[in-house]
Order: sequence, then structure tokens, then C-alpha cells
Amino acid sequence: MTDSNANTEVAIFSAFNALLLRDLRVYFRSRGTWLNPLVFVLMVITLFTLGIGPDPSALSNHASGIIWVVALLGIMLSLDALFRADFDDGSLEQLLLSPQPLYLAVLAKVLAHWFITGLPIVLASPLYSLMLGIPASVIPVLALGLLVGSGILSFIGAIGASLTVSLRSGGLLIALLTLPLYVPAIIFGSQFVQSAIEGWPLMPTFSMLLGLLIGAMVLAPIAIIGGLRLSQDA
Amino acid sequence: MSSEAANHTTQATQPEVEPSLVLDSVSCERGERLLVERLSLNLSAGQGVRIEGPNGSGKTTLLRVLAGLSQHFSGTVRWCGKDIRQSRAALAVDTLYIGHLAGVKALLSPLENLSWWVSLHIPSIEPISKAKMLNALSQVGLERFSNTPCHQLSAGQQRRIALARLYLSEHRLWILDEPFTAIDAAGVVSLEQRIAEHLKQGNMAIITTHQAMQIDGFTSCALSETSSEQVASQ
Repeated sequence: MTDSNANTEVAIFSAFNALLLRDLRVYFRSRGTWLNPLVFVLMVITLFTLGIGPDPSALSNHASGIIWVVALLGIMLSLDALFRADFDDGSLEQLLLSPQPLYLAVLAKVLAHWFITGLPIVLASPLYSLMLGIPASVIPVLALGLLVGSGILSFIGAIGASLTVSLRSGGLLIALLTLPLYVPAIIFGSQFVQSAIEGWPLMPTFSMLLGLLIGAMVLAPIAIIGGLRLSQDA
Repeated sequence: MSSEAANHTTQATQPEVEPSLVLDSVSCERGERLLVERLSLNLSAGQGVRIEGPNGSGKTTLLRVLAGLSQHFSGTVRWCGKDIRQSRAALAVDTLYIGHLAGVKALLSPLENLSWWVSLHIPSIEPISKAKMLNALSQVGLERFSNTPCHQLSAGQQRRIALARLYLSEHRLWILDEPFTAIDAAGVVSLEQRIAEHLKQGNMAIITTHQAMQIDGFTSCALSETSSEQVASQ
């Protein structure tokens, strides 16, 4: 009895690994998926610096808001492709029919997607922090906030992606569905950076961000599974 | 997850539940059209059924219902005595479904595609060895292409990757939607042999095809065109 339980656990774990590795492999072989969001973020932030002008104080006043909104848009635009390819080639059918728990399968897919979109945006954060005149001492805090925040954005956005996967062009609809859900993440995310700039205590906003991430991670897959099942009935 | 584990154990303790698929006045509709009307069908161990009917008569719709992909149907479908609406997991463990879409990723090689599918659909403590997967690929004539990216292969070859699953599968029910599409004559013969072997082992198969098929133990079930013209009254 305990033996068979352990065995199913091993099988479940290997399925999770296989899904994660397979998705990462596909992403690395199609360079656009991971490069495009990053280039998008860098370009939009460049446009902001040009639009607002060279005054360093004007830039750094708005920096945290700009960074968060741009990161949100970059991740959201890339999410349109999260389930689309699998839907088109039939892999999604095979995934949904698998006896393995779908919850973990969805977790693996969103994690893989976060690795190639969210993580590069986090890693590049020192670069665009300097472009927006954020003090160097604040950069680690900004990166930490984005690390947690990009996870929230990925999980929430994936709900929109799952609901629109059977539509030919879900891009704008994903935005309409998920932007309202992004509000708490944006509020606490930019507040977190602002706190670091002003020297306020960091823990209250950081624990809110962590709480949002855990909530999104636990609850979003349930909604995503529902959305993916619906896509097969369309 | 616990309910799935419970399912496994009940199956383990009562291995002699005669596998059977029972359709009781199943009706499916797509959009406003009633495609399959009050279909009753009984399939037991060692039997195969070939669903026949002109284009648009609801063959694919019916197979998607039987595989558990679509919930848009009335009537009951029982797998081993259990309603598939309630126990999706029991059906998923025993079923292999190959639809119109191959479920093959163009950026991955045939071997990578197959091992992804295996980890999802053949949960076992000892992972299926690479040699077994290569053997399955050679059965469908792809041994020389096992590491070639799939986008370099032809439509028929991509289809063969999906069909290689049949040589690894020990699922008790095969649901194959037009499996012979884009397959050459020699390929069709060896697939027919594999399906006949599957039935001899006491398993079941449901197939749609427009081609002539010579396998013992197959009955036909015709979906009439008239029903496709009736508008759903309910």
C-alpha cells in the first residue's frame, strides 16, 4: 500500500520533470519566445526615458511604476503563446487525457514559461534601473520584488491564456480578462520599490507580495485547468 | 490526488472486473446540430468497433466524448461499470486516444516527442527504456529519423510518430480517429496487424476510417447522415 503510493509519487514526479524539460527545450529552440519579451521591455523603457526627458529626478520619481507596468505588459503579451502551440498541434489533448494530475502539469507549464520570460526580465533589471536613474542600492530590492512579482503575473496571466486558447486571436482579450486581476500585484510591487527608495520598512509590502504569489500559485492552476477543459469543447 | 490513488487500489484489489464500454442512448450535438442520436453500443474484451458514416456525421465528436475530452453529450457512457462523467481518472488510465492532431511538437525529435508522451501516459516506476522507444519508432519506420527535428519530416512521418505510441501502449481501450490518414499501404498493413494483436490480448478498440480495413473481431456501427440534418429539438 505504502509502496504503491511511493510508486505513484515517483511516476508523478517524473511526469512533472518531463513536462518542464520538454517545454524548456521547445522554448530554447525557438529563440523568439524568450528573447522577444525581454527586448520589448528594454525598448519600452528606452521610449520612456526619451519621452520623459533627461531630467534624472523626473525619471526616478516614476521609475518603479514604469518598471512594473512594462514588466507586466511584457509578460502578458508573451502569455498568448503559452497554450496556443499545444492547442494547435494536439499536445494539449494528450496532456488533458493523461492520468497524471493536471494540477502539476499546469504548474510545470507555467513555471517553464516563467523561466524563459519572467526570469530574463528580472535578471535584466539592473540594466533598466540604471536607465531610469534608480539608485544602485535599491536595485537588489527591485530585482527581488520583480522575482516574486513576475511569478504572480505569470500565474494570473495563464488563466487568461487558458480561457482564450481556443480563440484565434486572444491577445487583447487576455489583457481585458487579466488586467483587473493584476491590480494588487502592481500596487504592492511598485510600493515595494518606492519603500526602498524612501527608506521605509520593506517587510510589510514584501510579505503581501509573497502572499499574493502563494495564492496565485495555489489557486490559479485550478482555474487554468477549467479553462483548458473548456477549450476542448469549443 | 487521493481519489486517484483510491481508484488505483480498488482496481488492484478487484482485478477481475471485466473491462467493458457501454454507451446508453448517447446523443451528441455540435453547435445547433444533433450529430449522434440515441446511440447504444456495447463493447467487451477483445472486440473492436468501427464507426462509419459520411463526413460531418459526428464520428470525431463521438470519439472525443468517449475519450473524455468533451462533456457535451446526453445519455450515459460507462467504462468498467463507472460513469465516465464521474470517474474521469479511471477512463484516463485505460485509454489511448489518437485524434486528428498528432500531438507532435515540430521543434522536438521523434524520440523526444515519444518520451514526453510516455512519461504522461505510461506511468511506471521503471521508466520505459530508450531501447523500447527506439524499437517502437522502428516499427513505424522512423529508426533513421529518431533524432531529426520533426519539422523536417513529412506529414505522414509525423503521423507515424503518433502511431508509434501503439507499440508501447498497453491501454485497454484504443480510440483512434482516422489513424491511417497520410499513411502508405505498407504502413497500413502493419498497423492493422498491431490492432489485431491488441484485440487478441483481450483489449478493445474504436476506430473511424474511410479506408477498407481487414481486421478480425471488428463490428461496424453506422452513424446516419439523416441524424446530422435534424436540428436539436431540446
